[in-house]
Amino acid sequence: MSDDTIRCDACPVLCRIRPGKSGACDRYANDNGTLVRLDPLVVLQHAEKIVSFLPNGGSTWSGNLFENSLKSDESAPQVSNVFVTGIGATTTYPDYKPAPFIVASKIDGIDAITVVTEGIFSYCGLKIKIDTDRYLGPEQAAVRVKGEQIGHVTTAEYGSQMLSLGGVHHLTGGSKKEGAITCDAMLTLANKGAVELQIDGGASVIVQAGKAPIVDGQAERVMRVGCGSATIGIFAPQWQGHVDEVIVVDDHITGVLTEHQAGKFLALTEAGIRVRGRRSTPGRYFQVAAPGAGWGGTTISNPLSIIDSIDPALAWSGMRLLFVSTTGEHAAYFELDADLKPEPKPMPAALDRINHRIAENCEPACCTVLFMGGAGGSLRAGVTQNPILLTRSVKDLFTRVTCGGAPAYVWPGGGITVMVDVLAMPDNSFGYVPTPALVAPIEFTMRAADYAAMGGHVANVRTVEDVLSHRAVRRLDA
Amino acid sequence: MTGAQTRLLAPNRLHLHHGPIDCIVEAEGDDLEIIAAFAAASDQFETILNGLVSELPILRSPLSGKSAPQVLGKTAQRMVRACWPLRAQFITPMAAVAGAVADTLLWHIIAAAPNLKRVWVNDGGDIAFHLSTATSVTFGLVDDPQRPTLFGNATIHAIDAPRGIATSGWRGRSHSLGIADAVTVLAASAAQADAAATLIANAVNCTHPQIERIAACALQPDSDLGARLVTVNVPHLDASEIDAALAAGVAFATELYTCGAVFGVVLQLQGATCIVPAHHPCLKIAAPAVHGLAQPTLKKT
Repeated sequence: MSDDTIRCDACPVLCRIRPGKSGACDRYANDNGTLVRLDPLVVLQHAEKIVSFLPNGGSTWSGNLFENSLKSDESAPQVSNVFVTGIGATTTYPDYKPAPFIVASKIDGIDAITVVTEGIFSYCGLKIKIDTDRYLGPEQAAVRVKGEQIGHVTTAEYGSQMLSLGGVHHLTGGSKKEGAITCDAMLTLANKGAVELQIDGGASVIVQAGKAPIVDGQAERVMRVGCGSATIGIFAPQWQGHVDEVIVVDDHITGVLTEHQAGKFLALTEAGIRVRGRRSTPGRYFQVAAPGAGWGGTTISNPLSIIDSIDPALAWSGMRLLFVSTTGEHAAYFELDADLKPEPKPMPAALDRINHRIAENCEPACCTVLFMGGAGGSLRAGVTQNPILLTRSVKDLFTRVTCGGAPAYVWPGGGITVMVDVLAMPDNSFGYVPTPALVAPIEFTMRAADYAAMGGHVANVRTVEDVLSHRAVRRLDA
Repeated sequence: MTGAQTRLLAPNRLHLHHGPIDCIVEAEGDDLEIIAAFAAASDQFETILNGLVSELPILRSPLSGKSAPQVLGKTAQRMVRACWPLRAQFITPMAAVAGAVADTLLWHIIAAAPNLKRVWVNDGGDIAFHLSTATSVTFGLVDDPQRPTLFGNATIHAIDAPRGIATSGWRGRSHSLGIADAVTVLAASAAQADAAATLIANAVNCTHPQIERIAACALQPDSDLGARLVTVNVPHLDASEIDAALAAGVAFATELYTCGAVFGVVLQLQGATCIVPAHHPCLKIAAPAVHGLAQPTLKKT
């Protein structure tokens, strides 16, 4: 391949493209040695109103994200930063009774209303992200607590296993015992407690928001930097010149540098070391090692054991060989002797530095618990006489939805389906009712005029000062 | 690397894109059948390009000799099957790639949704279609993809034989050894139409010093055409040159028609049009041949 021709890696065809020409797709071209896309990407198709970062030419930023919208009212500066959450607000039954706290506070001359309630969520669940590459169980497998199914294993994400827990079918659709145990486990997890989960055909895992998962009694420490192939994709150019072959040991995909596309691209000389396992694509091998307590979460304790053969036609005496795990915690360095046998040697400093770099790129393993629930039902009646107006107002971004003061993601489409990180919420935000169902705080914040317009319970509006003076109030310094 | 992309353009129109492949699938019939059809098409589509790439060296090699190369993928097999009978000329299975992809998708669609009224899979102008009893489909014919205007149309009824239509020419995305603006072929499958259109377009040719040709590998290093000269520009030709070039194409198209390899051909060069056979029930051309080229009369065989 001449120097100015480039290989396009936008699709599996891997066209070689000459300068000024395009590939077989007519979409990617070689512009003076750079791969460019010919059809323009549309980047700003839909933009919300753009506002200035510093109003009126102000020169310094106070650090307050909401300076523009929440500027304090001079007459009541002491309450300008008070936001009343739904925690402890209690709820009302039947739903049409006005929500317990409908609070008005002056924000930038606008009467803002926060309708605060604790919603009973019959339709709610937890989405759990567990940072581990360990096999927790097959997709769709039942997740159990004390033998009762409370959820299932769902689609895995990069470096993380995902569980979907709770939901109406386990809360009220099964036996009374299933409902009670589901509710109890969800409540514990949502309130940042630890729960041990058993997965059918898989592992037992202890999950707690913000903490490392404990899989079959072993605490997970770090996420790997990527699979063996991805590790090569990241570090190939840094290894170049310091070592002749690198084998990244991984229980999923073990990578072999000189055979890998990343090594080919650097024009590295093929080293002739064949590893065990099943070759997926050049330089990527499946089934080299099983998950275990050895190297990088595999069963491997002696890296030389994964070498299947060394091709004497390609390998050479003195060849420098590095084995490293995907967490950088394990590494070994060898040089081939006159008989092409790997001889252990001290790790060269340059390689040691890269091993540490792999390690420092591994993030701590963590469990994430997101509460997800539907607020589009009857609890809206506590806010307004015409519930659809609240839904529309949320969709149109006139009304902000928070859970315990934490920002909630509102799903597009129908209803008010929200998702919130329980770690961002105050401790013990959640409660339960014997239905069984979870009780979660939820706040709707909007302009007073908008509240009146949607048929809000205007007569029940109280001021922030009134709320602060009349009840046992728990102050949270954010 | 970008994977296969699937996008619903309308409830009955599906866009499939992966690397150099762009397909539009359109289906008519029961809503549930359409959903089943599109699910099947999307499922299959994800595997097609990777399957082809894994056998690319064979698919880019010229066909010749006594036995056809063995390939594993269904689409690759369709390519080889469509091109093998044409190997008296230079041809590689890549000549039928677009049509074969359309055929593969159509096959899976009909397997999943056999009661659809009409379906067509358009892979960059090479189209595989299905017609249920008593239906018909009309395709527009275009000579210059840069300035698409219709110069005629092809209407195929369910009782007609063609189930594939394809167009080739030097202005199109793949390279041509000839100078035809467009050669459109009706055949039993899109792969057969694609292969035949490629070769007939190659046959429409003449020696004119101002026709610019360049080695295919200079344009695309991996081209299956190797160092063969492909057309990159055609000057304005006079009437006798147009007639001569078209006559060469018509002669080859007639050969393919008489042996049953194709069911109908439209050849287009600088505004002049020829049809093989001369009066084809499916093909309607707005302007008939402007030059004095005699349409061939077919011998009864």
